[in-house]
Amino acid sequence: MSETKPRIKVPETAAAGEVVTIKTLMSHIMESGQRKDKDGNVIPRKIINKFTCEFNGKPVFACNLEGGISANPYMEFTAKVTESGTFKFAWVDDDGTVTTAEQAIAVK
Amino acid sequence: MMPRRGKLGRLFAGVALAAAAAFAAPAWADNELDTYKKMLADPFANPGNLYVDEGEALWKKPAGPKNVSLEKCDLGLGAGVVKGAHAKMPRFFADAGRVMDTDTRIAWCREQLQGIPFADSAKTAFSARGKKSDMELLTTYVANQSAGMPLSPQLGHEKEKEALAIGEALFFRRGSLLDYSCATCHAASDTRIRLQPLAHLTENKSAGKVVGGWPVYRVSQESVRAMQNRMWDCHWQMRYPSIDFGSEATVALVMYLTKMGEGAPVTAPALAR
Repeated sequence: MSETKPRIKVPETAAAGEVVTIKTLMSHIMESGQRKDKDGNVIPRKIINKFTCEFNGKPVFACNLEGGISANPYMEFTAKVTESGTFKFAWVDDDGTVTTAEQAIAVK
Repeated sequence: MMPRRGKLGRLFAGVALAAAAAFAAPAWADNELDTYKKMLADPFANPGNLYVDEGEALWKKPAGPKNVSLEKCDLGLGAGVVKGAHAKMPRFFADAGRVMDTDTRIAWCREQLQGIPFADSAKTAFSARGKKSDMELLTTYVANQSAGMPLSPQLGHEKEKEALAIGEALFFRRGSLLDYSCATCHAASDTRIRLQPLAHLTENKSAGKVVGGWPVYRVSQESVRAMQNRMWDCHWQMRYPSIDFGSEATVALVMYLTKMGEGAPVTAPALAR
């Protein structure tokens, strides 16, 4: 679990049917589970293993992340918006913690 | 590590490289890095900005034996003024009786305001994997508060002029096991070490681009690194004895480098390999 809030960039407004670009940046160590400490013990994996984004309750984008993703994962994707509403984002940590955030967009 | 290639392997590699060069100009890794940097130029893509956010929260949070925040820290523009302060570093501080750069001043403020010994800040100034450094977070936040402003090292005071002179002398002074100076690597244009281009730090444009970007987010280390870390690392790379955090020598070098890059905008946290 990170102590920093994720950074999210969604346009505040959009035209109906416009394709908008969404960017998210999450603070996370993304420990791969492949490394060993100086005593030779494997450092347990601790990564964000799943990221989801939904708009007004409908899924927009989701992906699984694996051990090769570097720290502080950055995600950029597009979505077509036809109505005003709220994007909800969720990052699922290996330890079960889910970090959530949301951002509204107004369609004019 | 890759296994060492034999003589034949090296010969083939040479032939392959020559063949590639015959068809197209060799695309050094730097071009790819530039593309990558462009992709991450958006403040929302550069992970260094997560450190800015965290550093800001830390700046405003009461801490240390005295349990106060750093909000009353005087970074040269008066107590509590953070905006624009980094662009006017290094500078002489009458209350401390010496010239300081941003990193050193923050450690000084932590001691004076919060009661955290300077030596403790120095010891924890560089993060380890999984263990962030408060100093790096704070320095990144403070530097970012000068984003877009021109580097303007202060040179009105005698001590500031002295620091510049010492910094210049140190930059060109050769020594230690390899008989290196900073200038060995950083006083010519279009040079590289392995595939990494070397900054020409005695030339305004190149120096400004580099100095304005620090603290940087180091992709290979998955962390921000502040200028004091760069000073320490360069000395290690030249096989000098370890140089002390916030020492007169490091601040003098930072003064010289900032003077060389004078006028360039602060872009911290920039991205570095």
